Amino acid sequence: MGAKLNNAAAGTANYVDERTSIGGFVKFFARKLFPDHWSFMLGEIALYAFIILLLSGVFLTAFFVPSMTEVHYEGPYETMHGVAMTEAFASTLKTSFEVPGGLLIRQIHHWSALLFLAAIMTHMCRVFFTGAFRKPRELNWLVGFTLMILGLAAGFTGYSLPDDVLSGNGLRIIDGVVKSIPLIGSYTSYWLFGGEYPGVDIIPRLFTAHVLIVPGLILALVALHLFLVFLHKHTQYPGGGKTHKNVVGLPLFPVYTAKAGGFFFVVFGVVALVAAVFTINPVWNYGPYDPSPVSAGTQPDWYILFVDGALRLMPGWVFGLPLEWEIFGYTLSMNILLPAVIIPGLFFGIIALYPWLEAWATGDKGEKHVLDRPRNAPVRTGIGVAMIVFYVILVIEGSNDIVASLFHLSLNDLTIFFQWTIFIFPPLAFWITKRICMGLQRKDRELVLHGHETGTIVRHENGEYIEVHQPLDEQEVWLRVNYDNRKPLEIEPEFNERGVRRPGYKWDLFKQRLSKFYYEERVEPVTWEEYQEAQRHHGPSEQGKAEAVEAEHADERLNKEWESVDKAESTDK
Amino acid sequence: MNTLARKRHHKAAPLLLVLALLALITGAAAFAAPSATATAEASADDVVAGERLFAANCASCHGLDAEGQDGVAPSLVGVGAAAVDFQVGTGRMPMQASGPQAPAKPVQFSQDEINQLAAWVASLGAGPAIPTAEQVDGSLGDAANGMEVFRTNCAMCHGSIGGGGALTQGKFAPSLLETTPEHIYEAMLTGPQSMPVFNDANVTPEQKRDVIAYLEAQQAGSPGGLSLGAIGPVSEGLWAWLILLGLIIASTIWVGARSS
Amino acid sequence: MSTPENTPDNEPQEGFVDPGLPEHRPRRADVEPKADKRAERQVAALFGLSVIGTGIALWAYFTKDVGDGGDVATIQNTNMWIGLGIALAMAGIGFGAIHWAKTLMRDHEMVEERHELRSSDEAREGAVQNLKDGAADSSLGGEGAKRRSVLKGSLITALAIAPLAVLVPQIGNMGGDWNVSKFRHTLWGPGVRLARDPDGALIKASDVTMGSVFHVIPEGLNDLDHHHKMVEKAKAVVLLIRLDPQDMKIQAGREDWSFDGIVAYSKICTHVGCPVALYEQQTHHLLCPCHQSTFDVADGAKVVFGPAKRPLPQLPIAVDDEGYIVAQNDFDEPIGPSYWERLKGDTAAADVQEESH
Repeated sequence: MGAKLNNAAAGTANYVDERTSIGGFVKFFARKLFPDHWSFMLGEIALYAFIILLLSGVFLTAFFVPSMTEVHYEGPYETMHGVAMTEAFASTLKTSFEVPGGLLIRQIHHWSALLFLAAIMTHMCRVFFTGAFRKPRELNWLVGFTLMILGLAAGFTGYSLPDDVLSGNGLRIIDGVVKSIPLIGSYTSYWLFGGEYPGVDIIPRLFTAHVLIVPGLILALVALHLFLVFLHKHTQYPGGGKTHKNVVGLPLFPVYTAKAGGFFFVVFGVVALVAAVFTINPVWNYGPYDPSPVSAGTQPDWYILFVDGALRLMPGWVFGLPLEWEIFGYTLSMNILLPAVIIPGLFFGIIALYPWLEAWATGDKGEKHVLDRPRNAPVRTGIGVAMIVFYVILVIEGSNDIVASLFHLSLNDLTIFFQWTIFIFPPLAFWITKRICMGLQRKDRELVLHGHETGTIVRHENGEYIEVHQPLDEQEVWLRVNYDNRKPLEIEPEFNERGVRRPGYKWDLFKQRLSKFYYEERVEPVTWEEYQEAQRHHGPSEQGKAEAVEAEHADERLNKEWESVDKAESTDK
Repeated sequence: MNTLARKRHHKAAPLLLVLALLALITGAAAFAAPSATATAEASADDVVAGERLFAANCASCHGLDAEGQDGVAPSLVGVGAAAVDFQVGTGRMPMQASGPQAPAKPVQFSQDEINQLAAWVASLGAGPAIPTAEQVDGSLGDAANGMEVFRTNCAMCHGSIGGGGALTQGKFAPSLLETTPEHIYEAMLTGPQSMPVFNDANVTPEQKRDVIAYLEAQQAGSPGGLSLGAIGPVSEGLWAWLILLGLIIASTIWVGARSS
Repeated sequence: MSTPENTPDNEPQEGFVDPGLPEHRPRRADVEPKADKRAERQVAALFGLSVIGTGIALWAYFTKDVGDGGDVATIQNTNMWIGLGIALAMAGIGFGAIHWAKTLMRDHEMVEERHELRSSDEAREGAVQNLKDGAADSSLGGEGAKRRSVLKGSLITALAIAPLAVLVPQIGNMGGDWNVSKFRHTLWGPGVRLARDPDGALIKASDVTMGSVFHVIPEGLNDLDHHHKMVEKAKAVVLLIRLDPQDMKIQAGREDWSFDGIVAYSKICTHVGCPVALYEQQTHHLLCPCHQSTFDVADGAKVVFGPAKRPLPQLPIAVDDEGYIVAQNDFDEPIGPSYWERLKGDTAAADVQEESH
């Protein structure tokens, strides 16, 4: 039986290989190594959420009707009897209430959409804080960034499809933002909606974007993203035996086939569990779209909340001056453009271009395959935390009415509070994070030079008490001393010896300033000389070890004494 | 009464309440609502008992003659029995402390006492009466029509299914999920505190009953499972991060950990 | 780098040395046959759970009936059981496979060399040469080629403008009639009666008692076809509110726009167009639930808080012979969010006329 199977497999393999030369690929891929770490699976979560989205999305397209033709609901749901609605909304209700398992698949789809974006952003944070975006991975960072933007687009287009009041008001906000764009705003709105808002074209158009254009692009870029991961080989965390020139890990087949493949099922299982138990996007509560009603708690899905928060945060008047300007009879709404277009644009722009920004500051041209511990890049870590704080403030401001009613606060006070703190908290977060990182670096130096505190006090013969320090083993030392000690760039002077101004000086000066911002203030790793000096001063490590052994013995003796005392006490009773 | 509302013990705001009731009364005086006049079904005994209760519990702010005091409490002449039944029956009155608005609290009077108080206040001037059992019987209403009325007139403050929401300066629209049909009806009729008045020309008595039917339909829960507070995408997003991503990241840590 | 990265072992140590990979610790399943067996049983049990999960999902699908779909509890029930079945079916496979990998598959790490991504010089030269050869073959470039600037120029021009042949019709057809001056007009006009949203019942002035707020549409809106109804409703919705005339500050030039304390304002926010619907009757404030712009109805619906800049447009109203509230006219400005041409007239010609006056 087994032999027969083997023969059949060999035959098939031969057949396929003769036509595709797949043997070479299999040889190349099967034993490719991947490093093992939980944080390397965050991107996988996003990938698997996307696969679940494709699977559940195919199910939903079988029942969804992307049409804005008006019908009167004839289905079973009590609070919708006879209500006028579009076919898009009616078919969403039908999928939910009349297709067995339909509501479950809708919920799986929506929960995985929220998960998709959450996983992408967590993954981006991991890549950012460990410096995995450095050469040669800058382009892949950009691919990943584009995937995040496409994820936002996929989410927003899908959120609007059921044509309910909540998402309809969201679309209306988008329309308002589009209209604020100078020169072409009104025409862009007409282009989107096929005329005046809301029209009858937007749902079919969003549907095409949601099921064809956006997922098609995502699929293509996911392929590119993964291809580059294979090409670059995965990064690895620092430690003994790990260099920029090797990769230490376990083979794709069988270990990662089982781990990563199995992980897909875990993600699917957890999403299904949540979808089975928790309602998401109950469109039957919101009702079919109508331009007049609106409900409390009108918010977009979480990943768009930051734009909504920025819109809420921006006052229409600042110190008595309006932010909507009239210029030569034309209207420029900075109170909309700033929060909804310019600030998100800058925020995303900085994220997209960050790898180059840091490359200018370091001037390093080498390939980096060993990750940074976040503490060893205090300025980068600080920038990352500051951006997260900025983003989170906008998200909380976007939920300010919910926060206000939950915690019995005034939403006006909340908004005013955030209007100030949006300028204060991110720089503060930067400063604090940088200090914490440098503190951790100093702690590392301390450990390398003086060893672990053991908590054991020993009395020397001369009467002196000292705490025994356990020296670090060589792996621990290596982890703490083997990192790049970057210094500000040194640049050639502005004028050469003949007093001629050097072209490109200004650019160099900019890079130097950037570099100073990053590396002027730094904690340097322990040098070999310092290490040896500390060993001599502290006594060689052998003595340290002897002390530790001695201390352990002392402990044991003490324990025995206590035991005997205990025994004595118990016999007394 | 309702647990959600009880948690919202704000220090009540006499001033705002005064303004509310003032507006209400001037309104009632100018355009006495034709449909809901206080009918003197209550016995004379009730009125007498009500007056006594009022003198003991309410007169310190509203005055013995219920004509109110400037800046302290509004006149209650013409507010009708419905206003008394709502304000006292949800525990909002008597107020305890000042705050952005008077919140619902444990009720301090028995229904009989409330009826007596209402009877006395209703005897002072024409105003909306306490609705009959038939007027608030949701099973006679049309929940789908109620949905349309509710989302046009109510959902902007109380949320799409009545979960509540925030207003300006710390005020809020309370959750309606556990409010009794009578109190829902009376609130529409009398417009307590920040809430506008929905008289019978605006939302007809049948429509009011439809709204009650819609809110009662919500008590079956959400077809999709637990509703996460029915406050929209913010709580969904929070759960996506905490529960969904949280569980999955917990499992990545297990995947990444070496087996012993 | 402060330390040499790889000091050969035979030289005296002059810096920190990479200690190499930590020693591999065998797992229990590697050394104890019992543990190995146990792990195998656990994995098989997890796969077994998955089979049970699939069973639950199929059982729920075939036996749980959503009925006519009107019963919330039944839908909840079906949804939950199929979902739990799928969850178990998937998680069983997942946890089983991963447990297998963790306990029974190789866990001794291997090392692979990396290669610089840069192509070899040889490959680069080859690439450049190939491109040069290609350019020469095309007779556009390469050594001794003719300049052929006309050819180059015409190709670039053709390529640059050819997309227009596709994009212009594509984009051109998507914007309807492109007549953006429609933003300026709503269904309101002289004598149009105010009606209740959504049922269209007409409103008399006596209906609007103090502290009331009516959500209003123009009479006849509900008779339009779906498309026009949506478009017009999106612009025409109005809030009708009665205040104590003593509380009101009437705006200059709008003395006769209200009736006995009854005022009508556009319901569409001047910020980004949400319906501004939260009316607080004590403070006379209207709050937009989307971004919390707050307007003071007693003072010309001016902005008192939030991101909006302009007041809500006011609809001038009057009462007709039968006592119904009617509009005197359309809004005198475009409703809703600002846009580039907001202050301009319908056409350029109209602009010129207006300015010459």
